[in-house]
Formats: sequence, structure tokens, C-alpha cells
Amino acid sequence: MNEMQFLTWVRGPGLDIAIGIFLLGVLWRLIEIYTLGRKQDVAPGRQRDGASGLHTVFRRSVPPPGMVRKSPVTYIGGYVFHIGLAIIVFLFAPHIALIRDLTGLSWPGLPSQFVDLVTVVTMAAMVVVLFDRINKPAKRYLSTFQDWFTWTLTFLPVLTGWMAVQHLLLPYTTMLALHILSVELLLIFLPFTKLFHTFTVFGSRWYLGKINGHRGVPV
Amino acid sequence: MSASLQKGMNALKEVIDAPVASYFSSCVHCGLCADACLFYQETGDPKYTPIHKVEPLRRVYEQEYTLLGRLGKLLGLAKPVTDEELDEWQELVYDSCTMCGRCSMVCPVGNDIVYMVRKLREGMAVSGHVPDGIKGATKRTVEIGGPMGLKWPAVANVIKKAEAATGLTIPVDKEGAEYLVLLSSMEIVNYPEYLEALAKIFNKAGISFTLASDAFEATNAGIQIGASDLAKVIVSRIVNSAEKLKVKRVLSPECGHAYMAIRWEGPNLIGRPYNFEVVHVLELLDDLRKKGVLKMKDKFKDPLILHDPCQIVRRGGVLEAPEPLIQAVAENYIPVVDKQKWNWCCGGGGGASAIHTEEAEALRAKAFRIKKRQIEESGVNTMVTFCANCRIVIEEGFDHYEMNTQLLGLTELLAEHLED
Repeated sequence: MNEMQFLTWVRGPGLDIAIGIFLLGVLWRLIEIYTLGRKQDVAPGRQRDGASGLHTVFRRSVPPPGMVRKSPVTYIGGYVFHIGLAIIVFLFAPHIALIRDLTGLSWPGLPSQFVDLVTVVTMAAMVVVLFDRINKPAKRYLSTFQDWFTWTLTFLPVLTGWMAVQHLLLPYTTMLALHILSVELLLIFLPFTKLFHTFTVFGSRWYLGKINGHRGVPV
Repeated sequence: MSASLQKGMNALKEVIDAPVASYFSSCVHCGLCADACLFYQETGDPKYTPIHKVEPLRRVYEQEYTLLGRLGKLLGLAKPVTDEELDEWQELVYDSCTMCGRCSMVCPVGNDIVYMVRKLREGMAVSGHVPDGIKGATKRTVEIGGPMGLKWPAVANVIKKAEAATGLTIPVDKEGAEYLVLLSSMEIVNYPEYLEALAKIFNKAGISFTLASDAFEATNAGIQIGASDLAKVIVSRIVNSAEKLKVKRVLSPECGHAYMAIRWEGPNLIGRPYNFEVVHVLELLDDLRKKGVLKMKDKFKDPLILHDPCQIVRRGGVLEAPEPLIQAVAENYIPVVDKQKWNWCCGGGGGASAIHTEEAEALRAKAFRIKKRQIEESGVNTMVTFCANCRIVIEEGFDHYEMNTQLLGLTELLAEHLED
């Protein structure tokens, strides 16, 4: 297989397979998790402003008092790479073009120099949080193979995409094919690893807010 | 697999629900919960990271309720939960977790970790991996009536003394009273002034109340150990008595876990709402304050800080009553930085104070340093709280560090300064 055939494969059948596994995986996992249901709380609830599932879905995006000082790298690094990834995935013109081809939806993108800068900052933030995982006792203690694996799965698409745009190391076609392949791996593993928090974070926060909100505690 | 372990695994399978599944699927191992846990804060030992404490529950979830986990189990790739492992986890689930719920306040993905600890305890209790201290307390509560093994005559004695001290009648088993007053054993033994304070306040407010000779103990060791069947037996005593006496309300004592048990877990244990309302004593007092019934003749002068008990405030939702009450009676109330729903636990909630092994006591003393610092940083010699269990644990902490701090109960402090 030459590089053109490789690119054609990852763009065609490869992408179809990856998106197929991703969509079925997400659907399966959501069903698997949320059809477990939960028992109704029959204790009479207490009403208090700000104590609800929806409030907590939003409130948990903001660090609790005093916590940034305790774990600055987790918070700042976390914000930077999450926002960075969102900008790269959804506001880089070639990505928008791909989404338009797949779904028909489109929106304006950001200048590519700006996305370049965001990409470098995002990669730097990811490297920093990786070091923090090695450095901070609680994080290191919790870490398993999955933590290193999912970090790599997330990092590779950013790195290969940036290298393709910058024409670094390998010919553009090969690097682009590797970029798409790395995204496909990410899509395939996302539903079955901790990366699935991209979906369940909303459900978890909602349950937390709802369960504590029933007792009148805004969490 | 031993029969008890099998039972434990079944209990865990039964308590896993959509929130638990969602929480485990969301955890990114960021470790922020460690920063919220007093045991991690004071020891720096990463095994005390809250989410790690529920690891056995996570594996049961993964192996029983996820496709890949079940596949792994089928192929013999899964690491099963064993008796040895649960034995090791006992320290993490009981000694070093007071179910204070502070970790649930900070998790960025919204995991209610204390909700999961409570569930894991069901499996620990059934499989027999429970500290002897809590086991004993639960056994005494079921068989005798209270965690300390107190019987009614001891309570009757306290009532007699309170009547003599106040000159008021304290009714027992009086049908149709507005309030049924519950106590915790610790109040009966260590803080009998609580009942005197209540009698004075009820008399002042003109509210009728009664005690019940068959249901005086408010605490529920069944919940602390994590055995719902026992917890149900214990809470049913109160429900039966309150419904027999046709009271409108049941008054939970200051004790935090008692409030959690009777107010929030109780209806779910018996599977229906009560025919009466459950009110925490501070809610009643704040209500009386708002109505102008709770007038003070003078105020407590020395500067003081407040310790908010976890199960009443952060987990119980009695958020707004404590501060105005303390301000009503104290001239020099100094708010601490981490107050109200952000307060740090005393270190002995959730049954931990009933564990008397050397290791558990040493750990508790270490965890107490967080309270010690709060006191020292505020520069006060007085701390006020409203939970009998917190009081015991804090007093032990004072003794351990030879501190010259006095500890007061909020209800008694109020009663002492109440207008005659």
C-alpha cells in the first residue's frame, strides 16, 4: 500500500468503521449505564434555590473555593487543554469542512495561524498535566495503564494534525493519513475508556445535583 | 468463594444503580477528591484518596454491568474481589472515611463519592468486613436499644434530674403531643444538659412535647455499618412510636448521623413517607428565633468559632439555621474560612468514633489537626458545635493535643442565655 492508498483507506472504509464503532459504542454505553435507573427517594424533599441537577451541571465547571490553590496544574492545565481541544476540533476550517461533508452542518472557523497557536498551547498543557500525573502522589497512585493510554490517544491526533499542517517529519499525505488514523483510534476507544466522561459528565453532575438538591444542598 | 463473600457481592450488585455507573464511567483519575479529604490532607498517604476507597465497588460494577467487563470476566481476565482485599479495604471504608461528603463537593465530573461509599458499606457489612467497634454498636442498638447499650431506666433517670434542675415536667409517652423528642445515647450519658435546655425552650415557646419510652434513641448504627435491614429495624421503632403517639413532628437531636438516618434515609428504608414531619432541633430553634420567642437575656462574651457537623449541614441541608443562632447568643462569633457546607469533619463521623483500635485512634488524632489549626488560626479558646458525636471526638482531640479549648453545645448555650 502506498501513501495515497493509505490515505484513501483511512478516509474511506477506515473512517466508516471508526465512526460506526464510535456511534454504536456510545449508544450501547449510554443504554448500559442509564437504564440501570435508580430508586425514587421517598423522603420529602427540601426546596432551596440553586439546589438542582441542572445547577450542578453548570456549577461544577467552576472550581470550588480554595481548590485552584491546592491543585493549580490540574485546574489550569485542565481548562487550557479542554478549551484548546474544543477550538481545534470545532473551529479549525478543514475540520468544519469535514463535518459539513458528513452532516451538512457548518459554521465559521478561526484563522489557521490562531488555531496553530492554540494547538501548541494545548500540547504544552497536555504535557504539563502528564507530568503532574507522575508528580502528584494522589494522581500517580490512581493511575493505571488506561490513564497513560488515553493520554496518548488524545495527544496523537493533536500532534499529527499539527505536524501535517506544519509539513514536519513526513510527507504531508502520510502525516495526514496518520492523523486521520489516530483520530479513528480515539473514536474507537472513547466509549470504552475514561474518555467516555465526555458523555457521562453531564449525567453524573446532574445526578449529584439532584440527589443532594433533594436535601436542599446546592453542590 | 466463601458464602459471606458471595452475599457481599450480591449486596453490591443490588446497590449499583445508574448514578454509580455514571460516576465510575466519568472518573478521570484527576485526584482532586484527595485534596478535599481530611485523611489525605493530614497524612499525605495516597491510599486515602476518596475514589480509591470505592475500588472494590468499581470492579463489581465493571465485571457485572459493562459489556467489556463481563467479557473479561468470561475470559478469566478480570481480577475478582476477594475476602483478603475487602479485609484490606475495611480501613479505607470505615477508619478513614467518616462519610463527611466533602469529596463529593469538589469532583469536577460530578461524582458523588460518599454516595458510593455508603453503598460499598452494604457489601462490606454483609460479607463481614466491618470493624468490631461498629459491629458492637450495631448489635447493642438492635438488641438493647442504643449503641452504648443504654436502657430506658437510664433515660428516666436523666429525665428525673432534668425535671429537678428546671422545675418543669418532662412528659413521657404522652399521646397527641406536637413533638416527639429523640435523644442520642451520647447526650444521655455525656450531655444530659441537652434535655434540660430543650425543656426550658419548649416551655418558653408553649409547645407540647413528649419522650417515648420505646423509642428514645435517634442514632442508627445500622446505617453507619451499612446494613439496610438492621437500619430499617432501628428506624421502625421511632416510626411506630411516633405514629402510635400521633405526634405531628419528631425532633431530631443535634447528633448528625441520627438526623441523616431519621430525616433522609428512614423513609427510604421503610419504603414510604412518614405520617409526621422530622425537624432538626436547630431548625426548630431558628424558627422560634424568627418568631421572636427565643430572646436572650445576655450574650456569651468570649470569641468563638463554629464547627458545622457534616451530616446536619453539608449532607443534611440544615444550612442557614446555625449562623443566625450563634450570632443571637455570641457577641464575638468568628466565621472560619471553610464553613457551612465546606466545613472539615471532626474526624470521627460515620461510625469511625466507635472504632477503638490503636491505628484508628492514631489516625483520628492526625485528622484532628485540621480542627486544631482552625482553632489556632482563629485565635479563640471556645468552639461551639451541634452534634453529640462531634463533641466526643473533638473533646478527645483536645485531650490528645492538651489544648485549653472549651467546647460547647449550641442548644445548651442558647438555653443558658435564654431570657427567663
